[in-house]
Amino acid sequence: MTESLIFEHSRPGRSASAQYPAGDFDVDLPAGLERTSELGLPEVSELQAVRHFTRLSQLNFSIDTHFYPLGSCTMKYNPRACNRLAMLPEFLSRHPLAPVSASQGFLACMYDLQEILKDVTGMKGVSLTPMAGAQGEFAGVAMIRAYHDARGDTGRTEILVPDAAHGTNPATATMCGYVAREIPTDDNGDVDVEALKAALGPQTAGIMLTNPSTLGVFERRISEISKLVHEAGGLLYYDGANLNAILGKVRPGDMGFDVIHMNLHKTFSTPHGGGGPGSGAVGVSERLLPYMPIPVVGKANDDSFRWLDEDDLPQSIGRLSGFMGNAGVLLRAYVYARMLGRDGMHRVAEFAALNANYLMARLEQAGFDLAFPGRRASHEFIVTLKRQHKSVGVTATDVAKRLLDHGFHAPTVYFPLLVPECLLIEPTETESKEALDAFVDAMIAIAKEAEDDIEHLRGAPYTMPVRRLDDVRAARQLDVRYQPDDQAA
Amino acid sequence: MPFIPHTDTDVEQMLGAIGASSVEALFDEIPAALRCGRLDRVPERMTEMEITRLMHERADADGRPLNFIGAGAYEHHVPAAVWEIVTRGEFYSAYTPYQAEASQGTLQVIYEFQTMMCGLTGLDVSNASLYDGATALAEALLMAVRANRKSKSHRILMPRSVSPVYRQVVHAICAAQQLKLVELDYDPATGATPEAALAEHAGSDIAAVVIPHPNFFGCFEAVDSMTDWAHANGALAVAVVNPIALALTRAPGEWGEQGVDICCGEGQPLGSPLSSGGPYFGFMTCKQALVRQLPGRIVGRTLDMDGKPGFALTLQAREQHIRRGKATSNICTNQGLLVTAATIHMSILGPVGLQQVARASMANTRKLVAALTELPGIEPVFTGAGFHEAVLRFDQPVRPLVDALGERGVIGGYALEGVYPELTNCLLVCATETKTDADIDTYVQTLAALMRPASAA
Ligand SMILES: Cc1ncc(COP(=O)(O)O)c(C=O)c1O
Repeated sequence: MTESLIFEHSRPGRSASAQYPAGDFDVDLPAGLERTSELGLPEVSELQAVRHFTRLSQLNFSIDTHFYPLGSCTMKYNPRACNRLAMLPEFLSRHPLAPVSASQGFLACMYDLQEILKDVTGMKGVSLTPMAGAQGEFAGVAMIRAYHDARGDTGRTEILVPDAAHGTNPATATMCGYVAREIPTDDNGDVDVEALKAALGPQTAGIMLTNPSTLGVFERRISEISKLVHEAGGLLYYDGANLNAILGKVRPGDMGFDVIHMNLHKTFSTPHGGGGPGSGAVGVSERLLPYMPIPVVGKANDDSFRWLDEDDLPQSIGRLSGFMGNAGVLLRAYVYARMLGRDGMHRVAEFAALNANYLMARLEQAGFDLAFPGRRASHEFIVTLKRQHKSVGVTATDVAKRLLDHGFHAPTVYFPLLVPECLLIEPTETESKEALDAFVDAMIAIAKEAEDDIEHLRGAPYTMPVRRLDDVRAARQLDVRYQPDDQAA
Repeated sequence: MPFIPHTDTDVEQMLGAIGASSVEALFDEIPAALRCGRLDRVPERMTEMEITRLMHERADADGRPLNFIGAGAYEHHVPAAVWEIVTRGEFYSAYTPYQAEASQGTLQVIYEFQTMMCGLTGLDVSNASLYDGATALAEALLMAVRANRKSKSHRILMPRSVSPVYRQVVHAICAAQQLKLVELDYDPATGATPEAALAEHAGSDIAAVVIPHPNFFGCFEAVDSMTDWAHANGALAVAVVNPIALALTRAPGEWGEQGVDICCGEGQPLGSPLSSGGPYFGFMTCKQALVRQLPGRIVGRTLDMDGKPGFALTLQAREQHIRRGKATSNICTNQGLLVTAATIHMSILGPVGLQQVARASMANTRKLVAALTELPGIEPVFTGAGFHEAVLRFDQPVRPLVDALGERGVIGGYALEGVYPELTNCLLVCATETKTDADIDTYVQTLAALMRPASAA
């Protein structure tokens, strides 16, 4: 099944006229400023648009339709109530600059959320403004810079990142004016502490760590790492993308981290929306409190809620969005947090770990190789196809594409880059045992197919709207917008 | 257990398969000293019924006032179909379309979106969104500095008529990469950037010139001469635009002799509800020659193994997951769902609908200004033609008036003196197509009752 482009449904003179004001309006544009070219928008009926986009939606895999064990992405169920309640008409129509007197209901939700996030991370302050994980990282590293600068400690030029780190970590260090220096990983998946010691020095501004790491294992020597970095005068940044693994079990603040971002679109179950929006709220320790990005929600003397801005936090790293970040996402995270409650928070990591360790055990028993055998899985784990790649030439891509035919979204592939032919698998706590068992069956069938008929496997997927796509052609013969006189591609 | 499907039997069987004695045993690699106790500040759980009641109470407390405020976020009618479709699970709960074959819906939407944004702005390439308008401007300027190889200065000419918050965000994001913002003052009579403000910098090394359209005061700038000035002085022209205004005004790709190099802006007016400031989305388009410097995701059309057309993310070597520390930006998650909303919104409104929305908003703002300035003590500040916002000067402090209006269910506008000290007693007002004559009358009557009589001023 495919669907033609909306532009191909367009006919001059057609329009959905229930949707805009009729009438002749007097407008006085300056001479010469009038539009001279077409807008390039389609002319379709409302039904045509509805049908087109509904059909397009049906070409997607999603959590609501498929098991989606995408490692490092925490594709858990997004409760519908979160969406419904964030979209109450009063919340949707609230202007971001509405006076606080007409905003106490909204501000109460934001204040409560800050308090909950402080508790689950063990941090002293929380700012909700960063709009995704990467912007939370930016806020965090900018705060580290502001902290050193305020002390006149300006010779620190490097941010350390493990070689397994997510790409946003080194990219963020660069955006904050630092050089990213890589630290290797040892054979058990832990940071190589000897290499870390060698890299630390007066040039070290800080380190960015994910724990459990992107390799799916807990960094066992975290207290020692924390001590070493602090002794060198650096600060510790916690990439909270993997918070689902430890929620209610261990807190970044207690591990010695100075600043953390949380991906609320992972751990707090706000939807990924086919690429976003997210929310990368940041938490800070005592010493970074003055630098938090603004605005933050505080309380006035009369216990009413108010915004804390540059007057309250004159040393803030400033504003990172036009208003206060992705407020609607934060409302969804808040509803989720309230429905989980205290016990529910503790349960997240328990069942995420149970599902990951069960799936890992079953796959190992079925003959798959683990990247780190003998380690516990956190909320995710890595299978490597290095052996099968050597023997029959199967790749992680082949398995990923064939899983689609079996009705499963693929795990994350080729990340982290240091494990060859890897599948990073994260089932999340909201999947049932039956779903995990069915996934194991599919993996077993694919492994057998790799032995029996590798050519057929290389042709997968067979049941999707399209077969494997030519990425090289996409980049070389760049076609990034429809032009009516185009031949079909 | 909320959202967890496991039965006791499941747990028992699963632990058996793992060979662990308890769920607790799965955490045995975490040093005992680090383990946390109970989360005391997290309240006990609520059922869906209970949280529904709480959220309704809080929403009701804020009510639904009449909005006459813009300042970067605009109230427009969004067709019901838009969010009905956007919140379908297939769009709402999908991840970034890395597995292209299982994400053709999202990918095609983005391709259609890119086409629409290229059409509106008159440029060649669009990305798949940035966080919001303010960060889009920051990214556009970082891009301009990378792309303008002739300029070594990292200096950006930034009109003061650009949103003050955008300027703050640009500073927060770009300062560590040594961008220097040089402010251009506006003409106190017209509200637009005068030629003389640019001329002062002729011959110096400038990386880019920012051209707001319309500017923060709602006024139109001399977009053609600013674009030409930038190019004549070796700078890139970077437009920051309201997409609704483009329905009636010349596309940035056609400004001046050569058109702007990069265009960016806030996508919120295209189908995102006001929602307290987000989620919205930033958009960015540019000339073909700059595509490799463009930050964010891009979708391309290609062929599959059978020669059938399909869509995939492309030019990923610009991005952090490939290029890491040398990427064009650190952005990963963007504002995809809002892009989906915008694409459906623009499809339903079409060219005629978008133009009518723009015209009705302009006309309503004219009506609002006429009605308010009939009250004694209120004058328009700028003479220049504008889009759907205007600055009014009062003969008395506006902050108390705005607060009092708020208590009476009218959000009266944005007090400018906090961000423009010279604009004391000035209010930025806006009336989009959602406002009726009766709404405008309500505003005027409520305000009239609150204003001090002229004699007391
Ligand atoms: C480990 C890790 N760090 C950082 C990020 C970046 O977060 P975001 O995509 O929200 O910017 C991600 C996810 O994409 C991640 O998995």
